[in-house]
Amino acid sequence: MSSIATLKDPSQERQKQMIAGHFTRLAKAKESGRKVVSTFVPGNLTELLLSFDLLPILPEINALQSGMRQRSAEFIQKAEKIGHSEDVCAYVKCDLGMLESGNVGPTGEVLPRPDLLLLSYTGCFTFLKWFELLKESTDAPVAMLQVPYQGGGRATPEMRDYVVRQLREVIIPALERVSGKKYDEDRLKELLARSAKAEDDLVWVLESAKHRPSPIDAYFGAVYYVGPIFSAFRGTEDALHYYRELREEVEDRIRRKEGPITPDGPMGEQRFRLVVEGPPNWTSFREMWKMFHSEGAVVVASTYTKVGGVYDDGFRHDPNRPLESLAEYCLGCYTNRNLPTRASMIARYVQDYHADGFLVHSVKSCDSFSAGQLLILRDVEAKTGKPGGFFESDLVDPRYFSAANIKNRVESYLQMIEQRRSKVVAS
Amino acid sequence: MTATNPGTELQALVSRAEDLAHDVTLRAVREWKAAEPSRKAIGYMPVYVPREIIHAAGMLPVGVFGAGESVEIVKGDAFFQSYICHIPRSVLDLALRGALDCLDGMLFPSTCDVIRNLSGMWQMLFPQKYVHYIDLPQDPSPGLGGAFFAREMRQIADDLGRMGGTPVTDGRLRASIAAYNENRRLVEELYQLRRSQFWLAPASEVYVLLRAGNVLPVEEHTKLLAEYLTLARQSGRHPVDMARVAIRGCFCEQPPVDLIRTLERAGCTIVDDDWLIHSRWPRGSVDAQGDPFEALSSAFLYRSPSCPSLYRAHERKGASLVADAREARAEGVIFASASFCDPALLDQPMTMAAVKQAEIPCTAFLYAENTGQFQPIREQAGTFADAIKLS
Repeated sequence: MSSIATLKDPSQERQKQMIAGHFTRLAKAKESGRKVVSTFVPGNLTELLLSFDLLPILPEINALQSGMRQRSAEFIQKAEKIGHSEDVCAYVKCDLGMLESGNVGPTGEVLPRPDLLLLSYTGCFTFLKWFELLKESTDAPVAMLQVPYQGGGRATPEMRDYVVRQLREVIIPALERVSGKKYDEDRLKELLARSAKAEDDLVWVLESAKHRPSPIDAYFGAVYYVGPIFSAFRGTEDALHYYRELREEVEDRIRRKEGPITPDGPMGEQRFRLVVEGPPNWTSFREMWKMFHSEGAVVVASTYTKVGGVYDDGFRHDPNRPLESLAEYCLGCYTNRNLPTRASMIARYVQDYHADGFLVHSVKSCDSFSAGQLLILRDVEAKTGKPGGFFESDLVDPRYFSAANIKNRVESYLQMIEQRRSKVVAS
Repeated sequence: MTATNPGTELQALVSRAEDLAHDVTLRAVREWKAAEPSRKAIGYMPVYVPREIIHAAGMLPVGVFGAGESVEIVKGDAFFQSYICHIPRSVLDLALRGALDCLDGMLFPSTCDVIRNLSGMWQMLFPQKYVHYIDLPQDPSPGLGGAFFAREMRQIADDLGRMGGTPVTDGRLRASIAAYNENRRLVEELYQLRRSQFWLAPASEVYVLLRAGNVLPVEEHTKLLAEYLTLARQSGRHPVDMARVAIRGCFCEQPPVDLIRTLERAGCTIVDDDWLIHSRWPRGSVDAQGDPFEALSSAFLYRSPSCPSLYRAHERKGASLVADAREARAEGVIFASASFCDPALLDQPMTMAAVKQAEIPCTAFLYAENTGQFQPIREQAGTFADAIKLS
């Protein structure tokens, strides 16, 4: 284990400490007198929560952490024993099972019951049911923020105004009640200004994958990169430092023409540049990454890294328009965009990042991502002329991860790219 | 001149309703359009769309609720993973084989992520067709969620008015609201008849009657309902000893009619249900006097039936199901959900707990719209009915 630890980037160590520190703050919330708000990654209002000194807790993060720590199977089974269907989202069942099992978080500390459920209903219908279930279990009050879906392919001013009015009339009053503090817009602006700076650095890091060799893996590696900004740290000094340090690390790798650090060491020759659509599998995360990097496949762009916010199209949180920019952020999250927009984004990534092809990782748990992916696959192939591949598993339910099948799929796909190259050279 | 036999007339009417209920390739819609070439038809998916707006634009609202067991899926399966429910694959299959060509547009309500994403698939596969995704309001206040929904409906009205050349004026929309009010009144009367004298209006007949409304002009469907009510009351059918049950979970993907018949044959009479829920949505009449968009919005906020696709912060989960079951004097509840239906299956543990707490017996099974094997369900439902009758 120690040899693996030495292979981590310093930024990854910092990120790990930040996340662990947050879980400790959560565990000590009651004794430190801090209130806890449960909310979701897409459409999260972290700066707003922090402006009230509230601590965010994100059930998807808890679930994926349980998955990475091989605890999700028992939690899911526990939820199924109390009546939850095998057919539904495993994140929900993992979270409920964890709650039933004493709500011990990934650092081994007991997590507090939330004081408020902030239902940021953004891009995922299941969020709605999830918090209905949590409300039944915890009896915490719910504040609902409906973020309209971009069904027509764009966020309209009317959609933004609807979200802003909800923020003013529903969400902020609910946060005032739970925190006992008045809304402080100046404080929110300070946080948003920091967010924008961190977002600049994050975008720079993600776009660094346009280099050859790519200094990052924009899917497996970038999961760590987006961790702070997707969770409890947007708007904090910690996030500013983290993204600055990460950027310097990546700049250094570009100078040295090095690829990303994988869990098994620095990546060797990059033979394939890929774009990936869909969330990762968390229970066999390292195993899946190895299937790629051991074949020389580096991911140069991914859609999962946009699920907690799309910044590479120019959006930044704007301290001069605090609530409006929070609304625009929510509206713009990846799964809140319609399928034609998603397909166009992927096609653009394939072209802009000079990818050899793209892969769809379809997860059983997430209809929001998965329904329609087979059409996206055809559409992106038609738009780019690059080959698409498709493989399935799940987020945190290990019963749906078949290593042999996935390895076979990935290898066959890469062989196909290789064969196409040979034909092009031959012709 | 021979005297008409109510039984024969009833049989003929039910037979016609059944043909219409199974008209998944929309013959009736084509005939309606052929009668006047400028006519347009707009499809909609479950769970709820304001059909009144389509009607006010002079168009035919057409319920697209899946192909049931009648169509072998050839192309639709190629677009969906195995863990996605059945309705999108059959609807897409119908569209890809041209069976839905007569529809000039489609409305997709915010039922779940699958129906939502299907709206995007429609945009990609049928770019020449009008497509609108309707975000139903999840905020319960008139000034926020209500105003948002009213604006959403005005947008659709403008779109359809432009498309068909008949602007949706307030006057036209009020008239359409009145037409649907009359339809909902008769649907409610039908449900009341089934509750009070279920042997006169068996659930399998009620189902096909309601589903016939998916392809008929509302005025014609209202007439069909009125005729059925008259004939059913005159039918002389005799009471039978069956267990009275409420069924939940069928609000989107529909159960096969044979599944409903199977439940009846197993000794369960269904006195309350949530299938074709749009036909009783909202409950009661919509105000047909004031601002019609506000009226539709207000009715949605305050008189929507309980449905897993809607978030209702202030309702205790399952409370409305228990109330509905009691009002219908149901002796048991059957949770029949479509496989992989996230809204139904995530809701079920909460509503089932409420039903159990109310000491109402319940049972649960899964189906798909093309389920063909009913024997296990028959055995389960038969056992459930026996348990109720013996308790």
